[in-house]
Amino acid sequence: MALTGLFLCTFLIGHLLGNLQLFAGGEEGKRAFNEYGYFMSHNIFIKVLSYTTYISILFHAIDGFLLAFQNKKARPVNYAYNKPSANSAWASRSMALLGSIILIFICTHMANFWWKAKYSSTPMPLHRVEVSAPGSEQKQSLYLTTTGSFLPTEGLVIKHGTQIYAPEVNLKVGEGYKDLHSLTVAFFGHDKSAEGFPANEFALLAVVLYALAMLTLSFHLWHGFSSAFQSLGVRHPKYTPFIQALGKGFAVIVPMAFASIPIFLYLTK
Amino acid sequence: MSILDSKIPEGHISKKWTDYKDHLKLVAPNNRPKIDVIVVGTGLAGSSAAASLGEMGYNVKAFCFQDSPRRAHSIAAQGGINAAKNYQNDGDSIFRLFYDTIKGGDYRAREANVHRLAEVSGNIIDQCVAQGVPFAREYGGLLDNRSFGGTQVQRTFYAAGQTGQQLLLGAYSALSRQIGLGRVKMYNRHEMLDIVKVDGKARGIIARNLVTGEIERHSAHAVIIASGGYGNVYFLSTNAMGSNVTAAWKIHKQGALFANPCFVQIHPTCIPVHGTNQAKLTLMSESLRNSGRIWVPKKKEDAEAIRAGKLKPTAIAEDDRDYFLERRYPAFGNLVPRDVASRAAKERCDAGYGIEANDTNEGVYLDFSSEIKSKGKQSAFAAGNHNPSEEEIITLGKKWVESKYGNLFQMYEKITDENPYETPMKIYPAVHYTMGGVWVDYNLQSTIPGCFVAGEANFSDHGANRLGASALMQGLADGYFVLPYTVSDYLANEIRTGAIATDSPEFDAAEQRVNDQINKFLNNNGTKSVDYYHKKLGLIMWNKVGMGRNEQGLKEAIAEIAQLKEEFHQNVYVPGTANEMNPQLEKAMRVADFIELGQLMAIDALQRKESCGGHFREEYQDAEGETLRDDENFKFVGAWEYKGDDINNEELHKEALNYEFIKIAARNYK
Amino acid sequence: MASKTININLKIWRQKNANAKGSMETYKLDNVSTDSSFLEMLDQLNEQLINERQEPIAFDHDCREGICGMCSLFINGEAHGPDRAVTTCQLHMRKFKDGETIYVEPWRAKAFPVIKDLVVDRSAFDRIQQAGGFVSVNTSGRTMDANAIPIPKHDADKAFEAAACIGCGACVASCVNASAMLFVSAKVSQMALLPQGKVEAKERVLNMVRTMDEEGFGNCTNTGACAVECPKEISLDNIARMNREFLKAAVTSEA
Repeated sequence: MALTGLFLCTFLIGHLLGNLQLFAGGEEGKRAFNEYGYFMSHNIFIKVLSYTTYISILFHAIDGFLLAFQNKKARPVNYAYNKPSANSAWASRSMALLGSIILIFICTHMANFWWKAKYSSTPMPLHRVEVSAPGSEQKQSLYLTTTGSFLPTEGLVIKHGTQIYAPEVNLKVGEGYKDLHSLTVAFFGHDKSAEGFPANEFALLAVVLYALAMLTLSFHLWHGFSSAFQSLGVRHPKYTPFIQALGKGFAVIVPMAFASIPIFLYLTK
Repeated sequence: MSILDSKIPEGHISKKWTDYKDHLKLVAPNNRPKIDVIVVGTGLAGSSAAASLGEMGYNVKAFCFQDSPRRAHSIAAQGGINAAKNYQNDGDSIFRLFYDTIKGGDYRAREANVHRLAEVSGNIIDQCVAQGVPFAREYGGLLDNRSFGGTQVQRTFYAAGQTGQQLLLGAYSALSRQIGLGRVKMYNRHEMLDIVKVDGKARGIIARNLVTGEIERHSAHAVIIASGGYGNVYFLSTNAMGSNVTAAWKIHKQGALFANPCFVQIHPTCIPVHGTNQAKLTLMSESLRNSGRIWVPKKKEDAEAIRAGKLKPTAIAEDDRDYFLERRYPAFGNLVPRDVASRAAKERCDAGYGIEANDTNEGVYLDFSSEIKSKGKQSAFAAGNHNPSEEEIITLGKKWVESKYGNLFQMYEKITDENPYETPMKIYPAVHYTMGGVWVDYNLQSTIPGCFVAGEANFSDHGANRLGASALMQGLADGYFVLPYTVSDYLANEIRTGAIATDSPEFDAAEQRVNDQINKFLNNNGTKSVDYYHKKLGLIMWNKVGMGRNEQGLKEAIAEIAQLKEEFHQNVYVPGTANEMNPQLEKAMRVADFIELGQLMAIDALQRKESCGGHFREEYQDAEGETLRDDENFKFVGAWEYKGDDINNEELHKEALNYEFIKIAARNYK
Repeated sequence: MASKTININLKIWRQKNANAKGSMETYKLDNVSTDSSFLEMLDQLNEQLINERQEPIAFDHDCREGICGMCSLFINGEAHGPDRAVTTCQLHMRKFKDGETIYVEPWRAKAFPVIKDLVVDRSAFDRIQQAGGFVSVNTSGRTMDANAIPIPKHDADKAFEAAACIGCGACVASCVNASAMLFVSAKVSQMALLPQGKVEAKERVLNMVRTMDEEGFGNCTNTGACAVECPKEISLDNIARMNREFLKAAVTSEA
């Protein structure tokens, strides 16, 4: 529990750093984010890491459910009158509840983004740029490829998600970036469609639910961070106060930063 | 020969135990599993005996009425345990510990037993440290000691104010190890209600399962009673609520002589009684007398004003305070033995100087302000501040006191709602320990063959007064270092006996006695609760067989208790049934025994026409109010033989006490 | 001591025996001295019940000075009641208000089944102790001299603080998971801190933890409730120390 928990904390940091790129505006920001998305799904080290993360989440959740089940069994008859607030923090007693909410969140979050990006029946639109030739009013839409070159969107077809083919010769001419940035912007954006993505009419609800999920995560971490150290036996009069303060800071700052992204997108896009 | 054969070995006092031990019979390891031993009680003596005998390979069955052996009342001992280690290099030795204990007991204990106790005292500390008992230590990592009443050396080992707890948990851990290994079978929530004798020998017990109410028969080749003292005969005492005399009294009724029942220790520093619903008195460790000064106002009108709540003790000037222990006993001051300190407090309260606003005005002050000042000053100097302000001194002094006695001060504040750092503690003597008990010989065997008695339940080592920090020493000495040898010697003759059947007529008869008593109580249909009678008994005992006794009072007590006994058996109401957990029934059976014992205590006190140790006959005191012993006529152990239902018929047997190695003298702490 | 009296209402768990179904019953008790301890108040109630020919309430208690660990009681939603660092026998009625309704329940845990009314069976603690809460040294007294191994005062003090546990079970009763970690870790810590206990440290922690799990106690989720309600203020440091000892033993043990 403690080990997977702490590992997932490091995952949160990584995930957050990547996501913070969404704050960067304009074409540059979009391009950087989609390049980051490509890197995350193609680097072998990241792949290992992400599978470790999946397994950790699963283990953390299953172990958590088992513990909660055993703990429930350990007190078959409850008190008629119990006042646990006198001796412990609500979050510390509600880790299973908080964790369950977070698990549901992770599932919906992955359905909203990861699934759409990877397995959706309608292929994921690729990163495009609109350029107009000098002196021309007409805009042309081009694919950005992983080699940094551009390919016209007209006359080419997409196969296997991101492979750009010349249909006549059935030859791969390049590979595009999935447009995760636009997906995200459209999901949270304020009543606006982004390229190739329809406007999310429930954007406000999505933003609110995401913020609530992050609040849940905050409570979970508020107890979980330092608790993990305690479970591993890391406790020392000199360092424990620091770990505890760090845990509280982490529990507030990280989820707040995560939550700020959809709010920002909602308000600005 | 008298029926009292103490079996004290010949030879020089310092060699007796070693030589004797070397010649005791042994039981070979392969024979030990064929032999059963019952141990009743799991305090220091019981746990240590059960663990030691289990280790040796005997089949041990241990019984306690609490829900775990760890809860026996030895756990409540606060101050410490004596041992003649001389780690402090202040001239201590086995002989000095022996001498102090005999003198502290006012020359009414057996020399040989006490010397053995002093001899093994060092082993106890070694043993406990090896078991992981966390005694207090100095910064160098070696064991720390403190000073206790009645001695002029520092030989008391301690673990904050919880020494008894730590020692008992040590013994309990040894016992637990044996239970885990299957060598001891533990019976929690079981109470021994009778002993079974076959052919005159102890062969088993009848016990009641306190959860189901079932009456059980348990047989054994030897029975060890380590069931503690009988202080609860006074209703209010520092004993646990469940502490009782039943096991000891039941063996008395079956032939074990009961020795010196009138020797009761009244501990000087307890929290005074607060009201009629009070169930128990709380001790404040004797160690507090290292730092606290005991006083009452010099003027009666001040005492009256304090009781009326019109005057605060802190407002009384130094010159108007009577530090009566320092005044009367300048050499030992506040560290005189317990009996002396208790009587001095009673003397002041009887004279009208008591400061507690309860029914009897019984209370005196235990004041830490002088110590706070002197230690505060020391602390300031130690920290390099050679010119501390009054305020700094007080703050540092309080800190010092807290580090030394913090838990006791906190306990006091919880109970009384007064802050002892600011205002002096109120204290008064309370019943604490009983030196009397079942008569045993040098082997700790009672007059019933095969029935051994250890710890506070026996009478053996403390004479007429026990010194502080000696009870723990005796309990562990008996259990760890005496019984394993002497019980084996007895059992050496039992290797051919084989398992003892529990379907014999003797077991039938014993069980019948128990069932009859239970049924009588449950069908009595009286009107008053058990506590009602217990409180009445307590009052008679406290007023007439308490700190000061006289012929008239004792005679009255004997008659009143006889009357109370009759009323009790006629009119007590015991609710519930026999086949369930029934605390009222348990209490009724215990109080029945307390009533009979109370009467015997008064009879014994009447018989002993002298004052010694905790037994103070007002007729026998010197001009200064000190005890006046009569060595000519009373230098004996008074052991009583049961002669049927009327306790007045008990017969006194005398075991003369011979002092070969100690020069007997008047006890002087001035 | 300025003595005052209050009148109170009590809601107390009554249960005939281990197999019976229990329920909360209501009682009224007048003229309770505020200087009385909580258990003296129950004595008073029992006296009243006996006089009314009703069955008195069974509750565990013995030393009445906060050291034997026999008394229990979950009072107004907290183990040993609202005061801190006390057992129920040291809880005084001055902590309650006149006219207050006080809930009194037994410890609730699968490992502590109710025997009768407020009395529970805590023998699981004994069995954990029997699994390893000792130093395997015979009681011969023929060990080395007590001062042969100096022990740093700091370690001895820490060991003592852990050893001060009275085994009352308040930690289990307070824990949302009915976990016994504070109790077990106090014993493991005491031994782990002393050189005498180090020899068997591995076996001890593995055996005691295994027995603890077998007895049906819940798992520790570090809520800290145990340490807050502990009458002897046993520290959470001990749980961390036991976790450390356990990990060390589990990783390095050969079995």
